[in-house]
Amino acid sequence: MLESEVPQEGNVTLGGHRKAVYARGADGKIQIVQSAGWEVEEIVTRQAVDDLNQLAEDARQRVARGETSALEYHMHKARMDVPLLSQTSGVWQWRIRRHFQPAVFAGLSTAQLQRYADALGLTVDQLKQAK
Amino acid sequence: MEFQHSQASHCESGVMSAILRHHGLPISEPMAFGLSSAMSFAYLPIVKINGLPLVAYRMPPKAIIKGLQKPLGLKMRFETFRDPQAGTRRLDELLTSGEIVGMQTSVFWLPYMPEDLRFHFNAHNVLAFGRDTASGEYQLSDPVFETPVTCPADALQRARFAKGMLAPKGLLYYATGKPSTPDWAVVIPKALKKTTRIMLDTPLPIIGVRGIRRLASAIEGLRPDKAKMFIGQVVRMQEEIGTGGGGFRFIYASFLQEAADLLARPRLNELSEALVDIGDEWREFALSAARMIRDREPLATTALADKLRLIADHEQAFYRDLRRAA
Repeated sequence: MLESEVPQEGNVTLGGHRKAVYARGADGKIQIVQSAGWEVEEIVTRQAVDDLNQLAEDARQRVARGETSALEYHMHKARMDVPLLSQTSGVWQWRIRRHFQPAVFAGLSTAQLQRYADALGLTVDQLKQAK
Repeated sequence: MEFQHSQASHCESGVMSAILRHHGLPISEPMAFGLSSAMSFAYLPIVKINGLPLVAYRMPPKAIIKGLQKPLGLKMRFETFRDPQAGTRRLDELLTSGEIVGMQTSVFWLPYMPEDLRFHFNAHNVLAFGRDTASGEYQLSDPVFETPVTCPADALQRARFAKGMLAPKGLLYYATGKPSTPDWAVVIPKALKKTTRIMLDTPLPIIGVRGIRRLASAIEGLRPDKAKMFIGQVVRMQEEIGTGGGGFRFIYASFLQEAADLLARPRLNELSEALVDIGDEWREFALSAARMIRDREPLATTALADKLRLIADHEQAFYRDLRRAA
């Protein structure tokens, strides 16, 4: 990659930051050059973020229909899956899945809710609501 | 000594370059990367991230930190903690005594990271070089950022004690003892040979040049409905998560140029150019994969696989030449 080929297309997922890449200058020496971003990176990052957002939105609608608990929504919102939430909260995976049932979730103790809230970086009140 | 931040392309080599510079041994980021033989390739179908396999374009985390100890006569101390509070106390202690401290963190919990890049990736390296007494915020040198950043104490603790794959367990590392300028004529050929061994001779078909071919076959055999997420993941690992595959090839090419000067071996300059061309091929692969994801090009997994096989052939020829030159 030549210095003149370093992408400066802008990449919204970088949030205005510039990253450093190595490219060949006019004198043939490879050196560090700042890049405002490459469209390719933006496409693949958006693809992953959109996929995660879709999971959260889907869960939110199912919460509204009473098909799942707010816990599932917050798990996706925190970009986690069941295995990761299990490792972070120390709750077994099958128990987490069980707590996805709205009726079971509604009956959880404050201590159990606090555990999830800590793992997800939320307060218990935030955890109870899917928004 | 006042700490100097400088931006790097990759977090771990950037952190090590900064630590060494701070301890009086100016080593560039590419030199840190090359000397620790950090370039690699691994396709790990068993290790899943959000259900998709891991593709790595460099050696596993901590390879650079550990790999630099021997050639530079450096001693790094590693500490992990069971109790998060103990980890934070120890960090404060080290900072008070004037140490600069490397840390392994999860990008998801670092508030200064752009929202869209905050995935649960647990092996991001940053340096702490101070703590603001008034606000209690840490002063961090994140090598992939242009300037130093600050981070609240509770967020940093969370990032250091995130769970999941490659969980950092609060890992801290710092240099004890002074690094010294090595005998380049000994350490560089040794590092070059190690890289060629990893890429050509690893007896596992998922590491090195064979790993690239294995990935090509996996892409070819994808079901159309799964293909886009899979190739997106491959490109994300290549370009977005801490520099990427094309990027690592360019860093290593820069290292080869430095090595050519230090050892007065112009052959390494030629090899550097060959590697820049290979890096460009990785970028072309990423570009066509991204175009397919966005439907600007019809999805053609065989064409992508063939591109990868071509890259594998070129890398194989390159490492064979490098072995002869070393």
